[in-house]
Amino acid sequence: MDNYPVLIVVTPLLAALFAGLAAWIEERLSYPIALIGLAISTFSAFKVLMRVIASGTIQYRMAGWAPPIGIEYRIDLLNAMVLMLVSSVAFLNLIASYKSVEQETNDRAASFYTVYLLFVVGLLGVTATGDLFNLYVLIEITSLTSYAMVALGDRDRAPLASLNYIFIGVIGASFYLLGVGYLYMQTGSLNMADVSRILQSHQGSSIVLTAFILCMIGLWIKMAFFPLHVWLPNAYSYSPVAFSRVVAPLMTKVMIYIMIRLMITVFGYDYIFKTLHLSSAVVWLATIAILAGAIMALAQKNLKKMLTYIIICEIGYMVGGAWMGNQLGMTGAILHILNDALMTFAMFLAVGNIVYKIKDVDLSNLTGLFGKMPWTMAGLVLAAFSIIGVPPTCGFFSKWYLILAAFEKGAYQFAAALIISSLICAVLFFRVFEICFFNTDSKDHEHGNGHPQIKIEEAPVSMLIISGLVSLSLIVVGLFSGTIVNTIILPFLK
Amino acid sequence: METIISIKPLLAVLVSLLVIPVLVSSSDKPNVRESWTFIAGIIKFLIVLSMLPAVLQGKQIVLTLFKIAPGADIAFRVDALGMLFALVASSLYIITSMYSIGYMRGLKEHGQTRFACFFALAISATIGAAFSANLLTLYLFYEVLSLATYPLVAHHQDAKSKRAGRRYLIFILGTSIGLVLPAMLYCYHATGTLEFASGGIFTGQLSKPAATVLLLMFVFGFAKSGLMPFHSWLPAAMVAPTPVSALLHAVAVVKVGVFSIIRVITGIFGVHFLLSFNLGALVAGIASVTIIISSCIALTQDEFKRRLAYSTIGQLSYIVLGVALLTPKGMTGGMLHIAMHAFGKITLFFCAGAIFVATGKKYISQMVGIGKRMPVTMMAFLIGSMSIIGLPPTGGFISKWYLVLGTLEGDQMILLFVLLSSSLLNAAYFMPVFYKAFFCTEEESMFEDKIEEAPMMCVIPLVITALISFALFFVPQPFLNLAQLAVKGILGG
Amino acid sequence: MTDLLPLIVAKYNYWLYVILMMIGLYAMIAKNNLIKKVVGMNIFQTAIILFYLSIGYKKDATLPIVEVGHEGQEAVVRALDYINPLPHVLMLTAIVVSVATFGVAMALAVRIYQRYQTLEEDELRMRLSEE
Repeated sequence: MDNYPVLIVVTPLLAALFAGLAAWIEERLSYPIALIGLAISTFSAFKVLMRVIASGTIQYRMAGWAPPIGIEYRIDLLNAMVLMLVSSVAFLNLIASYKSVEQETNDRAASFYTVYLLFVVGLLGVTATGDLFNLYVLIEITSLTSYAMVALGDRDRAPLASLNYIFIGVIGASFYLLGVGYLYMQTGSLNMADVSRILQSHQGSSIVLTAFILCMIGLWIKMAFFPLHVWLPNAYSYSPVAFSRVVAPLMTKVMIYIMIRLMITVFGYDYIFKTLHLSSAVVWLATIAILAGAIMALAQKNLKKMLTYIIICEIGYMVGGAWMGNQLGMTGAILHILNDALMTFAMFLAVGNIVYKIKDVDLSNLTGLFGKMPWTMAGLVLAAFSIIGVPPTCGFFSKWYLILAAFEKGAYQFAAALIISSLICAVLFFRVFEICFFNTDSKDHEHGNGHPQIKIEEAPVSMLIISGLVSLSLIVVGLFSGTIVNTIILPFLK
Repeated sequence: METIISIKPLLAVLVSLLVIPVLVSSSDKPNVRESWTFIAGIIKFLIVLSMLPAVLQGKQIVLTLFKIAPGADIAFRVDALGMLFALVASSLYIITSMYSIGYMRGLKEHGQTRFACFFALAISATIGAAFSANLLTLYLFYEVLSLATYPLVAHHQDAKSKRAGRRYLIFILGTSIGLVLPAMLYCYHATGTLEFASGGIFTGQLSKPAATVLLLMFVFGFAKSGLMPFHSWLPAAMVAPTPVSALLHAVAVVKVGVFSIIRVITGIFGVHFLLSFNLGALVAGIASVTIIISSCIALTQDEFKRRLAYSTIGQLSYIVLGVALLTPKGMTGGMLHIAMHAFGKITLFFCAGAIFVATGKKYISQMVGIGKRMPVTMMAFLIGSMSIIGLPPTGGFISKWYLVLGTLEGDQMILLFVLLSSSLLNAAYFMPVFYKAFFCTEEESMFEDKIEEAPMMCVIPLVITALISFALFFVPQPFLNLAQLAVKGILGG
Repeated sequence: MTDLLPLIVAKYNYWLYVILMMIGLYAMIAKNNLIKKVVGMNIFQTAIILFYLSIGYKKDATLPIVEVGHEGQEAVVRALDYINPLPHVLMLTAIVVSVATFGVAMALAVRIYQRYQTLEEDELRMRLSEE
């Protein structure tokens, strides 16, 4: 048995260590070390994904200890997909980040890369682990690093945003920890598979119910599920852009992954949908989350802020889909983890390019951008279409499954919310496009048809290539969503 | 029915898509760029044409690209109806490309490369919609077309085009996301398929009220068809450069809307299903109201292109009306009108553009006596308007003839009255333009008595389309055969 | 009410941790001073640590150190004689986490103080809205 599963997590960890140490000798060394670490990690994740698709779940025992005593990495189709997603997004973002880190946090570049790697380690570990307490520790590693990263951002506002993020993040993680405590009381085990097996005979227990509710609330806080979202917009929009590009697509999505993991693997479908009758209530909450997120996004005057509210809206999609209690809904939710991560990533890459050129992305500063940065804007347009849900971009296809699931369950309000949010997103993005496309300068009009040739001032090539690649991947993933569903999601749900 | 698997439909769609990078890279060499546009247009037309014999023999050409979900792939299927539409769109694309060179250069418009690129994208999406095998694919190309047209509508990038573009999006995108998407998903939920089938996909899953709501969601949702009350984007979109109005807002975009409605009526609901609930009459009623009201509004418009726009709204409803009659002749007439109206109306738009390039005039009241200055253009205008009114010897007569026969066949006297009175209204809003252009006294004339036409690149296309309109009266076979074949497939299947 | 009292007394450890948690939560929400909030956060985390410790406890049990070696006579180890060590071990990690969080929070508080010369939240809010 080879060690690819553990390599995914350990190489970035070691790279973080070396990147930090190397900075003592020579600041410039830390970037290539980080790059190599994430490249190996991405490669391992790819290997693992192929292995899991070919021959099923991989169980990796840490240091050879057998579960439930030892910590186990259990990688099935779902984690393999999320691992691949997290590692590749982190890797690509690192390539794109070189210039923006140089620009934004030049004096602390080495520490940026170290913390960045630790953040990715946390996310990867959370995804790979099969142990409930290990999961908590890794969540805290991700959270701690993201507190630090947020604080590296905007010098005036970031520290306060980060501190508020800490307060709420701690509450979220503590609720989860409490939930795990109750589960441990009932089962005496922390291994997910083991806990799940023991829980079969404790379906009616109020301790299990308490554990479940505490875990869910903890995760909902962590994933910014409305109305527990207040920390997210400030934290994400004041952080350095190289970090918001990776935290916005990944953090919340990994939390959704944990929720789905707990629902399916630990507590089990039967417990959640047959013993408890919370499904419709949560779907209603998700409906409200979608609408509230979309409406709050309408009120924003800053592009980055607007996007953070769209993230909150998208969280509602996934929570609603997962709680729909049918296969279509879960398919939609899992597919949307992938799609939403990619489209948010594409969106923030484009925004990163814009930030690189014009520091302040208030909507009013964006005039004439189509002329100035045509390639960046092309990426932004594609990402926006995906968020709106225009076929053949991938956003459409997850919406497809989610709406069908809502029809199947009869949750028409959820379907309506999805469609209304699509429409609101269309309004949001076309408002941005209008500002970027039309000459609002009154001087130009006096010259009649005289459209001055705008000089192209694009972001650095490395950023453009990544942004373009990811944006194109939205279409590719969209067109192959049938394949993804059939080879990864449906076999996993069976 | 015999089917052939071929990559040709994909190629037809891809040609003008693949040419876009070439267009971008040759943006500073206008002649090279324009010749690429032409080459792509001609190749596209030839590919479409090469599929014609097989389709005329009653075969279908199919190609499945991506499997999304059972019963809903991204797939192409070329049948008679799709062929008819693709033939019209791809042939007119070549002519419009020529025209837009004359027009854009004549007016020294900015952003010509952007214009050419989005034009190519729009025509790709149109052909894709024509060849769609199921509702999902159709919806995909429908949306791509909506978005590709936005930069064309807003081409001038000023406050007016901003307003027009906004209205365009609200109506087109709002209805397609808000109405078509849920309706389509509901169909899929109820039946598990979105494949167009000659007898429809419903087998008793729908009650009458549900079917009515669903049908209305589709009919209004495809707002590109300009059915009232979702029509007002079309006059607003007239701020676009004339080639856009000509090809997209007389042929491609609006016809995609109508085409989608035909597909939904015939392929999703099915003729028998609609007849059993008597829902065809509902759609026919909406179409009739649109025909009459839009013709009356057209009478009051002074801006030439706006008058044409309202005329288009009315003529589109002819097509919907014909198909909603659900009788063989009526459907033939409706489908035939896709082609006949396209050639007639594009001629009229070309005329409007040519007048604007040559004289800068946009309003009909300023065109008194223009016949003496631009006789060729105005003669073409006469033929085009005759075709729209439905007078022989022009192609429009044939489609209207079938429509009238269709109403008689269905015993719908009210609809017959609608058709005839609308023809009178058409004449009432076109003939004065022609009359004032030629028959006016010396004092009334606003132009010097000197022949001065628009650039050749503007005049040649409009002469060609006028001649085709004329010729279609005598040789309607390719389109007529296709329409009859399509109707046979729908009713006989 | 008569049933409630025995319940509280019997499970006093849970009630204690809940009360501690609520105190922490109250401080985090209601206090105006950022340092007080950080302290509240620490109380909150400590409450959970206490909860874990208490669930591992058994009456009349001792530390889980087996006095007899592997080859000794009394090889039978009675689980009832020992408290459960696992929650305690887990809490070692949790304590590390909470210390780290506390450290980051304090560092941020220092940064905020350096920038704005105050740690009162309402003043901070006023300063931020002025800018």
